[in-house]
Amino acid sequence: MSDFSAALSGAFHLISSADPKLVQIVGLSLSVSLSAVAIASLLGLALGAWLAVSRFAGRGVIIAVLNALMGLPPVVIGLVVYLLLSRAGPLGQYGLLFTPTAMVIAQAILITPIIAALARQVIEDAWNNYREQFQSLGVHGWRASATLVWDTRFSLVTVTLAGLGRACAEVGAVMIVGGNIDGVTRVMTTAIALETTKGDLPLALSLGVVLVLVVLTLNLIAQWLKSFAEARYG
Amino acid sequence: MGKLLPLELKDVSLDLGGKSVLRNISLRLGSARTLAILGANGAGKTALLRVMHGMLPPTSGAVRAANGLDLQLPEMRKHDAMLFQRPVMLRRSALDNVIFGLDADSTQSSVAIGERALRRVGMLGLADRPARTLSGGEQQRVAFARALARSPEVLYLDEPTASIDPQSTRQIEALIADAAESGVTVVMVTHNLAQAKRLADDIAFMHEGRLTERTPADEFFSRPQSAEGREYLLGESI
Repeated sequence: MSDFSAALSGAFHLISSADPKLVQIVGLSLSVSLSAVAIASLLGLALGAWLAVSRFAGRGVIIAVLNALMGLPPVVIGLVVYLLLSRAGPLGQYGLLFTPTAMVIAQAILITPIIAALARQVIEDAWNNYREQFQSLGVHGWRASATLVWDTRFSLVTVTLAGLGRACAEVGAVMIVGGNIDGVTRVMTTAIALETTKGDLPLALSLGVVLVLVVLTLNLIAQWLKSFAEARYG
Repeated sequence: MGKLLPLELKDVSLDLGGKSVLRNISLRLGSARTLAILGANGAGKTALLRVMHGMLPPTSGAVRAANGLDLQLPEMRKHDAMLFQRPVMLRRSALDNVIFGLDADSTQSSVAIGERALRRVGMLGLADRPARTLSGGEQQRVAFARALARSPEVLYLDEPTASIDPQSTRQIEALIADAAESGVTVVMVTHNLAQAKRLADDIAFMHEGRLTERTPADEFFSRPQSAEGREYLLGESI
């Protein structure tokens, strides 16, 4: 218990004093995860919207695969990206392995199916409500998709934040492709894993507190945004 | 002759999910009349309305617009509009909901057309209100404005007052009468016989997917031609 108290006390000291090492790790974590979310949102929202309004042979299979990919273990994604980016891999020439870019790629691959699958569900629910009206007005294709995305924007923000939460909390993939290099690719989750094994519990715990706060803040923002939007726009 | 009318249905049948919903319907829709489609639940009224509006292609038979044009062509949607039982409001203002239904040349003209349509249904004062925060009756009037703004030749109404209160029902009925007076051909599905009596010039009565009679409204309510029509009216009067 005294170890825990000491670690907790040390953690709050690091946070309150804005320890440079802590700030650097948190900054890199957010930078990597936000970049991954931006890429995954562009791909995932477009894919989700397209799947929601399109009808073609094999659509059900694609949706099933997409849903299954939501549960893909991060370490498997990390391994695949590692093989692609390693010297002998097809993308080895670009020298991306053990860089933040590799971590962004891995996280983007991890959360694109999550954003696409959740967005597909949100947009398809709206599509079921709007379909006859759109058909009656002669609204099809991209105009229909764009309208659906716009009308479900508040729910899609929640979807995107779910992706960001997953990216921030992920450890396996970034550990493999980033290498957990101090000052270069060390992010909150990989640092927590390392510092715990090293016995530097205050730093590990302070990073854990920040990580929990980030995830909690994201969820509070999502909840507030949805409530605000529903009250204001119906 | 308009772009759409006269609309001609010849031996139209429709199967949905392995079930025969419409059977050999032949019907001609002329101009400037209000036609009410009556019948029991499951008679095929709504399906017929959707076939006439081009939303459902018939399994067999033909639906032809004026000059033999195919009703399924996308440009045909510029000449008709439909009001659903539950109005579908997009997450935007009442005015933007009306504008959404337009295919106008410029934003400026769209706004002018939208405002004119909202004024016509008595909703201009609420033009900037988010449409989803309006009452059910107000939303149906916005949906009516969205339909009118398209200057349709034919206005299809699928039980337009089934989910709104009596006061809103009176307002919607006044709008239907006003639209018909201005030359719009109205085709409506309703279960409300008093409403059909008040608004319709003609009645199309359906029973188990068949059109059993098409008669002037006065005649239908005093001397229905089909046995099914007589039973339906009797059932309603019990």
